[in-house]
Amino acid sequence: MSNDNETMNLLAAQKVKESLKSSKRLDNRDFNDFREITIEKGVISSADGSAKVKLGDTEVIVGVKINVGEPYPDSPDEGSMMFNLELSAISGPDFYTGPPSLESVEYGRVADRAIRSSECIDMKKLSIISGEKMYMIFIDCYVTNADGNLIDAATIAGMAALLDAKIPKIDENNKIIYGEYTDQKLPIDMKKIPVSVSFENIDGQTLLDPTAGEEFAGDTRFSVAVCDKNIISFQKGKTGTLSLDQINEMCEIAISKYDQIKKKICDLK
Amino acid sequence: MSEEKRHDGRKPNDLRPIEIKLGVNKNADGSCLLTWGKNVVLATVHGPKQMFPKHLSNPSKAVIDYKYRMACISTPERKSPVPGKRDKEISLVSGNALESAIMVEQFPNTVIEINTLIFTADAGTRVAALTAASLAAADAGLPMKGLISSVAGGRSNKQLVLDLDKQEEDAPDAVDLACAMLMPQKEIALLQMDGFVDIKETKEILKNTVKGIETVYDMQKKALIEKYPLEGEINE
Repeated sequence: MSNDNETMNLLAAQKVKESLKSSKRLDNRDFNDFREITIEKGVISSADGSAKVKLGDTEVIVGVKINVGEPYPDSPDEGSMMFNLELSAISGPDFYTGPPSLESVEYGRVADRAIRSSECIDMKKLSIISGEKMYMIFIDCYVTNADGNLIDAATIAGMAALLDAKIPKIDENNKIIYGEYTDQKLPIDMKKIPVSVSFENIDGQTLLDPTAGEEFAGDTRFSVAVCDKNIISFQKGKTGTLSLDQINEMCEIAISKYDQIKKKICDLK
Repeated sequence: MSEEKRHDGRKPNDLRPIEIKLGVNKNADGSCLLTWGKNVVLATVHGPKQMFPKHLSNPSKAVIDYKYRMACISTPERKSPVPGKRDKEISLVSGNALESAIMVEQFPNTVIEINTLIFTADAGTRVAALTAASLAAADAGLPMKGLISSVAGGRSNKQLVLDLDKQEEDAPDAVDLACAMLMPQKEIALLQMDGFVDIKETKEILKNTVKGIETVYDMQKKALIEKYPLEGEINE
């Protein structure tokens, strides 16, 4: 797509490719290393749970809101969860404010699938009255500074915000009392925390946790979500292709990164 | 692996019956009506043609505008005609997959519109639509590096199976993996999965799915050769 920033992006991509010829990333990272991750919980006082995550220069803010609603007919005894990701002009010069772009829909859905298929939230415990009332969890992610790998940043921030969230008080009619909280946290199984690991494929070389420059240089993205030793979801993105061997290898690398990222999300030393 | 029969009598790695009709739509430059088990999907290709609004066009290649669409009448409960996030995501990843096959660099500043409409849905609709769309593109005579062939694999009730239908997909332990490959190059062009599987089973599912894709590719090739008989030999 044509945009104002295209020339700058082409130059950035060229620099990345030039450096890769001598097997070096511009920030001197190992091919399979994450950038520095910082997680700050409870940054938005109006949300029921929130987190700000920095992944290198990528910055996202996630807020969790818990509401009461009617359960879906096919799961009368379960709560629900929804993940939404917003890219806007605030995210960077490549993005525009307006109706959700296709890429923001894709990123949001990939992060949603990672959290959903880990089954880390016990949806049964979010039922209030079977078939009538349940808690709905809304996870909203705002990308405040985009520098690549938004999927992993969003998933980490989403999990951190969920762990930070408190369940609000409800009155006798099952309506939320805004601003008042129970001392209950969300029913999250710490053994099932999902971790998303994304790669960019540039001329046959796969780089973990790509920066925006590296994403411009590559034509294929691959995101794997893992839970301990299990694969819980994956998604190939963009227009390039991959071989079966590359996929298998990336799945294994993702599993080897699990403990490191999980510790960050759960605040473990 | 157990050779248990599935609820519809298929073996674990059997596909549902696939029927391909090419050139069914007169208004389109290329089209395909594909029946895949209970799934029915129509794919049409218009273009390359001038893109409007012009600023969306790309000076170095044709833009692939792929639409995955489920008819309101395709599901047990009426589906809303408004495209949801799911439809948008599938449209994007399917269009990306097709872009790896179509020689888009040959048609700068244009758009190739690829529309798929699912009339009846019984799981595996995105792979059925993509398989049909690839055939419609070939039927339109677009220059292509190969065909996109697509199948879903996964797990249902502890059994690793290929081409899950809705009943199998609703199993509590279901794993659904949609894969499309650029054939005969065997490069993975679309890959999506969700479930909960260890790495060994993941690799197994991937391997089975690739085998299924080869079967679909053979059927696509046969349908194309039937409609456009070849003179001389095929060079792969």
